[in-house]
Parts: sequence; structure tokens; C-alpha cells
Amino acid sequence: MRPTPDSAGALDLSGRSRRGLLSLFPSRTRGNLADQVYAVLVRSMGIVLPLLFGFIVLRIGVAAWPAIRSFGPAFVTSTDWNPVAREFGALPFIYGTVVSSFLALAIAVPLAVGLAIFLTELAPRWLAAPVAFATELLAAIPSVVYGLWGIFVLVPFLRSAVQEPLAATLGGAIPFFAGPAYGFSMMSGAVILSIMIVPFISAVTREVLTAVPRDQREAALALGATRWEMTWQVAIPYALPGILGGAILGLGRALGETVAITMVIGNRPDIARSILAPGYTMASVLANEFSEATGDLYLSALMEVALLLFGITILVNVIAQLLVWRVSLRGGR
Amino acid sequence: MSDGAGSVERVHRTRRVVNRLMLTLTGVAAFVVVVPLLLIFYHLVSAGAGALNLDFFIRLPVPVGDTGGGMLNAFVGTLSLVAYATLLGVPIAVGAGIFLAEGRRAPLATVVRFVADVMNGIPSIVIGIFVWAWVVVAMGRFSLLAGSIALAVMLIPMVTRTTEEMIRLVPRELREGARALGFTRWRTTLGIILPAARSGILTGVLVALARIAGETAPLLFTAFGNPFLEWRLNEPVASLPLLIYQYAISPYDDWHRQAWAASLVLIGFVLMVSLAARFVIRNPYRGS
Repeated sequence: MRPTPDSAGALDLSGRSRRGLLSLFPSRTRGNLADQVYAVLVRSMGIVLPLLFGFIVLRIGVAAWPAIRSFGPAFVTSTDWNPVAREFGALPFIYGTVVSSFLALAIAVPLAVGLAIFLTELAPRWLAAPVAFATELLAAIPSVVYGLWGIFVLVPFLRSAVQEPLAATLGGAIPFFAGPAYGFSMMSGAVILSIMIVPFISAVTREVLTAVPRDQREAALALGATRWEMTWQVAIPYALPGILGGAILGLGRALGETVAITMVIGNRPDIARSILAPGYTMASVLANEFSEATGDLYLSALMEVALLLFGITILVNVIAQLLVWRVSLRGGR
Repeated sequence: MSDGAGSVERVHRTRRVVNRLMLTLTGVAAFVVVVPLLLIFYHLVSAGAGALNLDFFIRLPVPVGDTGGGMLNAFVGTLSLVAYATLLGVPIAVGAGIFLAEGRRAPLATVVRFVADVMNGIPSIVIGIFVWAWVVVAMGRFSLLAGSIALAVMLIPMVTRTTEEMIRLVPRELREGARALGFTRWRTTLGIILPAARSGILTGVLVALARIAGETAPLLFTAFGNPFLEWRLNEPVASLPLLIYQYAISPYDDWHRQAWAASLVLIGFVLMVSLAARFVIRNPYRGS
């Protein structure tokens, strides 16, 4: 049988043949029914994410509302956390979260940037590949395993090899290192966090360093720069916004990290000046006290802590995201 | 007295020394980062391997004081949690990923993409508390279902973004060819694009599985833990990371030994899944 113009529809493997020339030029507005159903379905799955996000905010916000109403802004400025007396001040936890995370960042950023420079600029391939793989493995280790290792290996080591000598020597002069050396302390928490976030920061740093154009490097070398000068004065400034984005992403991870830091930070709701003393973080107080919270107000206070933690990490992540997006937009131009 | 040539020579020497020194320091940084990894593996094997035996995998925990016993409940629990989380999360995530890849620059797609990236940063403990306030309170009990939902909430944004990226790697010509042949949009995506992006999407799913399998914090108030064998959706279940956490902070030496052994198994599982993700047949459209 000779094909008629209408049998162009036979090419439509959807099994629905449509009449007319228009079937050759399917338009967005004239999709068939299955396509419309499909579009709605896919779109609704996309919408699940913002809905879920809104629902998380709503659920935790509603649960935290009684605490917000009864404590007001004093909740974040008071240092008294005494559930028995129904006193709830979250400042020690906010302090612990912020200080441990920034200390971790202070340790992790130089290491991660050094590692990334080593991998991109210096290491021969036979060395770079296994080292890069090792840092990826570091990112794959579950947080509870870090905690276990922290309790039985890192904390005893830090106490005897770092904290005790530090307290004995500098402790008298510098209040940050004042003894006694507890072992389970802000310092241990910061160290374990730093090990956990290095892989993220170094991965981003490596990526942006490799993106630095070759001719920029070669120009610097041709002008007589040493390898280090080329890296430090040309490559790093070029990659700086990306490195900053990576550091802020690492900060976001450190702020929200729960189990590993709970196991090593000592869990004492005080604001101690010494980093050798125990601390407490927002995530840790949730992990430790949430299942034992007796009374509606106690529960609501913990919900407010969760809401605060959520707010801080979301803020940090939004900043990091905008930074990374800006960099990638600039690169695309 | 310093003539010009001498000071130039000095500057040269300083620059060479600084160059040497700083490049050496980057090597030191790399060393310092890798050492904890080696130490962790060394301690896992030396402290954990001794407690590993057949009983560890096929028996339930015994009360403190009795020796022996295993973690069968935790293995079954973790496997069920991960399986249900995958069932719940992956279809939504892949659908959302398709939406993002096809929507591209539509305003709604931009919003969804941004929310997915931001959701990746929500602390896992907050997700646990959210699911407690939602599912556990509604059901009146801790359950496998609540734990799976918590893990699914973590999985969805991760898999959404990798799915989107993998679909975008499929050449335009493939889509255009299918459309030119008269394929409808849904058949183009399901019949042509998804199969082409399959291994990439699978890699993304495996990476996400490796991550949620090791999560403790979202399960503390959802799956809760259970000393007995359980796989029903409306009952609390044990999980490997939860049990490691409980055992590690306990005062008993025998439990510490078991925590090391369980960590060794958990790491083994996580690494196996990660390696599987690495060696899944490479997406032919990737990185050419």
C-alpha cells in the first residue's frame, strides 16, 4: 500500500497516530494526553522538594512556638540551661557550635588548600592518584566511626600529647589553653570536625585550581616566577572565590555534624574560655536530650534549638551556594 | 656594603628558599590529611577483626556480662531501612531530576534546584527531629517507616541533583532524533533518555546509599533501635550505626570490642557500595 501523507503518523511510536501535518511538528501547547499527564507528574515530583522544605520549617517552627513565646530573645542570650528548673538558655550550645566549627575551619582550610596545591601543582601522577583516593575515602567514613575512633584513640592522644603539655606551658599565660586537660573538650571536637571537612574543602579547591587557565600559569613562569610564586600569586587569587565557597560549604557541614562531635566534645553546657575544657553543641544537645525531654516546654525548647541550628546552617549554605553559582556563572561567560 | 649584584643574588636565594619551603609544606599538609585515614583503618582492623566471627553476623545481641552474641538485628535493620528509603526516595528524586533537566531555566526549576542544593546542607539531626514531629508523633511510636522516611528525606536532594546532571550529559541529538521520529515527550524520556543516562543515575543512587547507610543522627528518634529481630514497618528497628553509637558510649569493654567490629563491617559495606558506584559501567556520554 502506498503511504499517504496521513500515514506520517505511523512514525509516531507512541501508538497514537494523529492526523494532519501538525503531527510532524508537535508543539508544546498541543501535546497529547499522555504527555500532559507526564508533564504534570514530573512537575509534581519537582515540587515535592520545596514542599518538603516548607513542611520541615513549618513542623519544627510550630513545635518550637511555645518556647519562642515564653522565652523570647532571652533564649539565645541566656546561659542557664537547667531543664529541672525550667530554665532554658541556649547560648552555651550556640557558642559551642560556632566556636568548634570555626576552630575546625581554621585547622582544615590551610590543610585542605595545601593538599589541593600539592595534588594539582606538585605531586607526580603515581602519588597524586592514591592520595586523592585516600581523601575521598575520608569523606566516605560514617560519622559514628569517626566518633568511635575519637573516643578511644584521638582523645587519649590529644590529652597526653597536646593538652597536658599545652596546659603546663602556655596554660598560665594564655587563658585559651588553661588546664586542666580534660581530653573530652572543645579542642577534640574541633580536631575531629576538621578531619571530617578537609575532603570537601580540598575537593572544591582542587576543582577550581585545575580550572585556572594554563596561559595564566605559563605567563607567570615566563616572567620568572618560581613555582610557589606562580601558585600563590596567580593561581590562588584566580581560584579564591571558589575556595571561599568550598570553605563555607565545609563550615555548613561542621555546624550540623552531630554524632562524631557529641562523642568527643564532653557535653557540658558551660561557656569555658579554655579550649581544653568540655563544651556542648546545638546538635549534641538534641542528640542527648531529645529522647529524654520531659514536659512540653522542655521539648519545645529543644525544638527551638533545632530551628536555630536549621536556620544557621541554611543561611551558611545559601551564602555558599550563591558564591559557587556566581563563580560558575562568571566562568561560563 | 651591599652592591646591586649582591642584593639581587640575595633576593634570588630567598625566593628559592621560600619556594622550596612552601612546596614542602604542601606535601606535609597532604601527609597530615592522609595519616588519620591510615590510623582509622589500622585501629578498625586491629581492634575490630578479633571480634568478628560467624556468630557476629547470625546471632542477636546478648545481655551485658554474657560473652558472644552478634548483631543480626542491626544488619537486618540497616538493610531494611536503606531498602525502604530507596523505594520511597528514588522515584521522587529521579522524577524531580527529570523535571530539572527538562525544565532547565524555567523559574520553577531554578527554585527547585536551589532548594535541592540547600536541602543537602540540612543537618541530619534536624531531619530526624522533623520526622519525629511528623511521623513518630502521628503513629504514636518509633518505627522502621519513620526511619526510612528520614533517610529518604536525606536521599532525595542528593539523587535529584545527580539525576539532573546525568540526564544533561545525554547528547541533545538523541532527544531531537527521537522527537523527530515522532516519539512523544514521555516516551522520549522514559524510552531513550533514561536508559542512556542509566549508569550515571545508578552511580548517583549508590553514592547516596553509601552515605545514608552510615547515618546515625536521623535514626536516633525515628528507628530508635531494637534488641530483637524486626522488619515490620510499624515497629522500631535496630541499625548498625545506632548500635555502634550506643556501644561506643557504654562503659563495657565487651561492647567496645563489638562496636569496633561493627564499625569494620559498616566501613566495609560503605566502601563496597562506593567502589561499586565507581566501577558501574561508565556512562558513555561522560567526560569525553
